[in-house]
Amino acid sequence: MCGIVGLHLRDPELHPLLGRLLETMLGQVVERGPDSAGVAVYGDRRRVPAGHAAVSLLLPAAPTTPNTPTSPADLAAALRDVPEPLVTTAGDTTVVAAPVGVEALVGAVRAALPEATVVGSGTDLTVYKGTGHPRGLAATYDLAGAQGWQGLAHTRMATESAVTPQGCHPFSVGPDQCLVHNGSFANHATIRRELQAAGHVFDSENDSEVGARFVADRLAKGDDLDKALRLLCERFDGFYTLLVTSADGFAVVRDAIACKPAVIAETDRWVAMASEFRALAELPGIERARIYEPEPERVYAWQRGATA
Amino acid sequence: MTTTAGPTPGTTTVFDLGVTGVRALNAELHAPTSRHYEVLRPQGAHAVAAGIDTDIAVDVRGHVGYYAAGMNDGGRVTVHGNAGTGVAENMMSGLVRVTGDASQSAGATAHGGLLVVEGSASMRCGISMKGVDIVVGGDIGPMSAFMAQAGRLVVCGDAGASLGDSIYEARVYVRGGVASLGADCVEKEVRPEHRAELAELLAAAGIDADPAGFRRYGSARRLYHFTSGNSY
Repeated sequence: MCGIVGLHLRDPELHPLLGRLLETMLGQVVERGPDSAGVAVYGDRRRVPAGHAAVSLLLPAAPTTPNTPTSPADLAAALRDVPEPLVTTAGDTTVVAAPVGVEALVGAVRAALPEATVVGSGTDLTVYKGTGHPRGLAATYDLAGAQGWQGLAHTRMATESAVTPQGCHPFSVGPDQCLVHNGSFANHATIRRELQAAGHVFDSENDSEVGARFVADRLAKGDDLDKALRLLCERFDGFYTLLVTSADGFAVVRDAIACKPAVIAETDRWVAMASEFRALAELPGIERARIYEPEPERVYAWQRGATA
Repeated sequence: MTTTAGPTPGTTTVFDLGVTGVRALNAELHAPTSRHYEVLRPQGAHAVAAGIDTDIAVDVRGHVGYYAAGMNDGGRVTVHGNAGTGVAENMMSGLVRVTGDASQSAGATAHGGLLVVEGSASMRCGISMKGVDIVVGGDIGPMSAFMAQAGRLVVCGDAGASLGDSIYEARVYVRGGVASLGADCVEKEVRPEHRAELAELLAAAGIDADPAGFRRYGSARRLYHFTSGNSY
């Protein structure tokens, strides 16, 4: 069991409230996944200023060498090839933003901090993940203070791999992409080997990361979210309710048996998805929302800027 | 809890779940001091009005979460909204009505009583039903009436894939289309006694539909006995 909540805001007037709405939603799925929590926020210009890229990192729990930087100031100093790096830490996650391209920043960070794991990158996206109680982690991430046009959160009850920050969702393995998963993939080892043979490098033993790598591979090949997730349904066995987000999209899909719960609610002002209705109960205008359960193996996708 | 009048028949007791929580509500419903309850602001909470075992009426104003009115034995529970997974699961007797939609496994394993879903019910409606009657005004999702043992399931709309897989003796009536039938589920003749029971069920559910428009499905009874052809 895990908990998923996501919110795609159509009405810009709601953008300043994104974090507060998401935090309330997250609070209703704590029991579904009390061991870890992760958050992704799209469009918070205080976290990723305009013209910047941001990279979210997990650093080793214990420094591997005496020279391993740990404080934000040491990290900024270690990133000597990056102009004007903005370094912040939130629990297990470190976020580096700088006025360079995404690939350049990811490359510079990997070169300067080879022991770090990149858990998110993009020009719009900030990812936070870590172990602990979800309510405490939401405060650590200052989720309530987040603004933006889209976000998601995940509470984890680990089944397929260890309770570590690396095993925590979301999995963000392509620029401005995120995937959160409730369930377990059965054939992930097979697909992992295929993706590794094609050159993909994995950060964790987690089954959900395989799903994220698969989607990122399809998006990189030109598919849209709808197509990528239909292919995922063909290729993956197991149980899954997935919420997948991209630089301009928000999509939900469930496996053929659809044991893992999901509820979608839509109004002219927002699209929301959660594991259970109670996470949606406090959204503004929920009493007038169209509320429904996504059907098995049908991809539900929304694009930023598209009309309701 | 606020009581609008004393704990005598004909009075209504109001619970605001935003104030009292589900445990206090259910404790009261298990030892009722009133005949009728109004439950406000359920906000998708789980197990609302579960475990009622007396003939009391409960009106829930809003959407509920998992297992609403579970194990009901004689209560009359109306959810004025949608219900989450397992509404009226293992009901023994009484009436549970959902004015909106129901999530998966509505009426799961229920032994008796009547479950009415005025909207649609999703996957696994009536899974392993053991005597309950279920009337759905809209559609039902895939894998409904899986291993259904006894009782009647009436669907005024369409049924999803694998209807009645491994069904025993439950009777299923569907007015609309059936995406596919599950293993050992077959269409059966609708005889006058079936139209009569359909009319009774629809009337009991308060749903206006012509019994002549339904088709009947049930067990081909080919899975009751071990078949040597299935051995390896």
